[in-house]
Amino acid sequence: MNDSSSIKSADSSIIDISNLCLTFETQTEPVHALSDINMKVNSGDFVSLIGPSGCGKTTLLRVIADLEKPTSGTISVEGKSPNQARLDRSYGYVFQTPALLPWRNIEANIHLPLEMSGYSKDEQKSLSNQYLSLVGLSGFEKKYPWQLSGGMQQRVSIARALSFDPDMLLMDEPFGALDEITRDRLNEELLRLWEQTQKTVVFVTHSIPEAVFLSNKIIVMSARPGKIIDVIETNFPKDRTFDIRESPEFLEVSQLVREGLKEGHSDGS
Amino acid sequence: MNFLAIIRSRPLSGLLCLIFSIASFISLQLNEINDYALNPFIVIIIAIVSVIFFIIRQQGLFLLSICFVALFSGAWSVLNLIHSFDKGVVMGLDAWFLVSALWFLTWNNLVQLSALKTKNKLIELSLTIIIPVLFGAWIFFLWEVITIGMSVHQVLLPSPSLIWQVFDGAGATLFADFYQTFVRSAIPGFIMGSGAGFLVAIAADKIPFLRRGLIPIGNFFSCIPIIGMAPIMIMWFGFDWQSKAAVVAIMTFFPMMVNTLSGLNETDRIDRDLLHTYASSYWRELFSLRLPNAMPFILNALKINTTLAMIGAIVSEFFGTPIVGMGFRISAEVGRMNIDMVWATIAIAALTGSMFYGVFALLERKLTFWHPSMRKS
Amino acid sequence: MEASRVLNSLISGTVGPVMILVTIIIMIWYAGAVYLNSSFLIDRYEKNNIEWTFSQLASDSWSMERPVLPSPHQIAKELKKTIWDKKITSPRSLVFHSRVTLSSAMVGFVMGAFLGIVLSIGIVYVSALDRTLMPWIIASQTIPILAIAPMIVVVLGSMGVIGLIPKAIISTYLCFFPVVVGMVKGLRSPNIILVDLMRSYSGSKAQVFWKLRLPASLPYLFASLKVAIALSVVGAIVAELPAGAQGGLGARLLSGSYYGQTSLIWAALITASVISATLVTIVGRMERFVNNRMGLQI
Repeated sequence: MNDSSSIKSADSSIIDISNLCLTFETQTEPVHALSDINMKVNSGDFVSLIGPSGCGKTTLLRVIADLEKPTSGTISVEGKSPNQARLDRSYGYVFQTPALLPWRNIEANIHLPLEMSGYSKDEQKSLSNQYLSLVGLSGFEKKYPWQLSGGMQQRVSIARALSFDPDMLLMDEPFGALDEITRDRLNEELLRLWEQTQKTVVFVTHSIPEAVFLSNKIIVMSARPGKIIDVIETNFPKDRTFDIRESPEFLEVSQLVREGLKEGHSDGS
Repeated sequence: MNFLAIIRSRPLSGLLCLIFSIASFISLQLNEINDYALNPFIVIIIAIVSVIFFIIRQQGLFLLSICFVALFSGAWSVLNLIHSFDKGVVMGLDAWFLVSALWFLTWNNLVQLSALKTKNKLIELSLTIIIPVLFGAWIFFLWEVITIGMSVHQVLLPSPSLIWQVFDGAGATLFADFYQTFVRSAIPGFIMGSGAGFLVAIAADKIPFLRRGLIPIGNFFSCIPIIGMAPIMIMWFGFDWQSKAAVVAIMTFFPMMVNTLSGLNETDRIDRDLLHTYASSYWRELFSLRLPNAMPFILNALKINTTLAMIGAIVSEFFGTPIVGMGFRISAEVGRMNIDMVWATIAIAALTGSMFYGVFALLERKLTFWHPSMRKS
Repeated sequence: MEASRVLNSLISGTVGPVMILVTIIIMIWYAGAVYLNSSFLIDRYEKNNIEWTFSQLASDSWSMERPVLPSPHQIAKELKKTIWDKKITSPRSLVFHSRVTLSSAMVGFVMGAFLGIVLSIGIVYVSALDRTLMPWIIASQTIPILAIAPMIVVVLGSMGVIGLIPKAIISTYLCFFPVVVGMVKGLRSPNIILVDLMRSYSGSKAQVFWKLRLPASLPYLFASLKVAIALSVVGAIVAELPAGAQGGLGARLLSGSYYGQTSLIWAALITASVISATLVTIVGRMERFVNNRMGLQI
């Protein structure tokens, strides 16, 4: 375990983006959603993309997931094209809303990607049990999504993204629609999951405390055109709890992020 | 003044019931020579019950059940009275007064039952059944009383009891009609039309060119009187059930196609993206996401189609048919002025139609339990 | 390059595909006319010992006197003959018959819509009516109501009520169900916050009705009216089927079916479809106008 993780971190980047641009053609004028993006994500990183709404952070995540095609520039995911990475099911994607199919119960929802990857029925069953207990939802297998609270639904969605053991977890403001108390609890849980599973996580958010608390690398973006204006690395212990939010380092990093955002804002306008 | 205020705050139907039952009692006393008379005892009971109802504003279940008993005995005595009539006898004023009194008692009962608030699910459920059934029973009772009591000519409107007798006498004919129209015309047409509509919708969904062309054509066909195709279909497929099944197939095709297509287009962007991240194939996405999502639309089309199938099968028989079938029976017996037979056929058509619909309504509840419109309660 | 542009414009958008599909349907129609009419023609050729070629068969089957399936141009000719060439007052003119059907459909539609609106207001405001009537109204939608059309016409006829009224009654009957169901839904559609807002202004029942419930119900009303107006035409046509009906497209369909005049049937059918589609379009336009006024995007 220890060995493999050290090899992983020694390994070069898992996501490599250079000079990437994306322009949407609209009827009035082209919208430059992403302009000249250069970034690297190393294996085992927890990277947050933060910025004001409309800065293209979600679009960038969608480019990584092959849900959007870049206009120019290069991008490789695990050394492959995003399309190949998608076909190899290299990542699990967690959307803003849980995106659970209402006619499938919780267990069957987690089985969905497993069915597509050709797991046997028994494997599906044991994997859904394993990941449901990981997110603390054992006993809810037979419930339907609409019988669960918003926070529970999002946890199911995370379990679903982890269930086929991808190397990466791409998360698009997964806790944006939840109340702050639930969000805090899920943040702690996510951190614990990251530590346990050793996944690479790319996380889109617009909350500064969330980004600082969760990540070891924060990418600050600005809007119109969407571009990266700052990359901030943090060095909190992996088993951190919410207590660090009171620590001076935490406040310092938060301040850095805030200044970055402000700078981007004044640049943009 | 005070007295007026008390009256105002009481249910008016109780008072009206009292007035009419007293009127009934008085007219009963005046016509001693009448051979056909009500039991005065019943009239007095109704009057007493109405007084109770007038005085007590909040009526609990106990009082309401007393009211039921009074209602049934009143209705029973009226029915007994009219069934003892010889032909051509008209019901007397006393009985009409009693019927009016009974109506106000029923109305009072319906209002009270509707206002009843209960947390018990079983009582709530039985209320949603009892209230409309009570009203329906009243319509039948009134129908019977008016047709016999006013000795309405049976060509105009036969009484329910007369229609009921038809089932005894002509059961075999009615069954043969049912078999011809429903089993041989409506069901095959329904299956062909809905099935074809579904398959074409799937094809059109796969091929955007077809979809863009078919949606306007489907919308056009859904607002034209397709039933007019019946004479043409008869010319093509002959007089027997084949031509009727063809009409039904055409009628049911378009609702199915249009509904399935809009159902397939109903999926959320985010759900499609999810399946895309799993690198899912077109068919996988169709079966795992888009078809289940279209299920409410498809079942809605099936429900619409049950009614259309019955209408198509019956009405196309008006254009010509072998001497069997519900539509044939209706048009033939109307011509011979056997209106009771017509009503019996209509009753069977209504019963078949609602059962056919009911099957798919149940199926809908079973298959789309997850849809927000089904989830409530 | 140019060719692919043309092809592209043909298959994108709606007009191109519709035109292409309609052309295909017409081509199938001509082929079907040959197929369906051929057996009769071949019989005749063989009886008279005439040598025949396929092209002769095709041209003969497209110009038969009483074809099983008339070809589109024969129907067009019949339409022209019965719409333009005949006097409007002549019982052989389709305009005359359309007027008969249209007037009973319209009377029925107006009565049905009115009845439906009144009843739905009653249902929304009187809970006893809601619980007694609504289940029956919903159940009655599952019943093949059109089946009783001949009976209503004949029974009313025996009472001396003839002409437009019995037919209009059937249309009324068909129209009022969708209107009640849609209108009840519409009157109940304002959400609880808006109702509470009105209550906070201590609005009277009448004010809540005129200022909130009625405007909110209009989109629903027009959606049901669109269904109802198509039904009113169907009702009027079916009501004309019982023997003895003097005019109307339904009577025309029936007489065409008796005398084997297929082009007459098709002409009547197409006229009925055009009338129906036009009426639905008119109501649809009104619906769009109302929805725009209400700030809804449909």
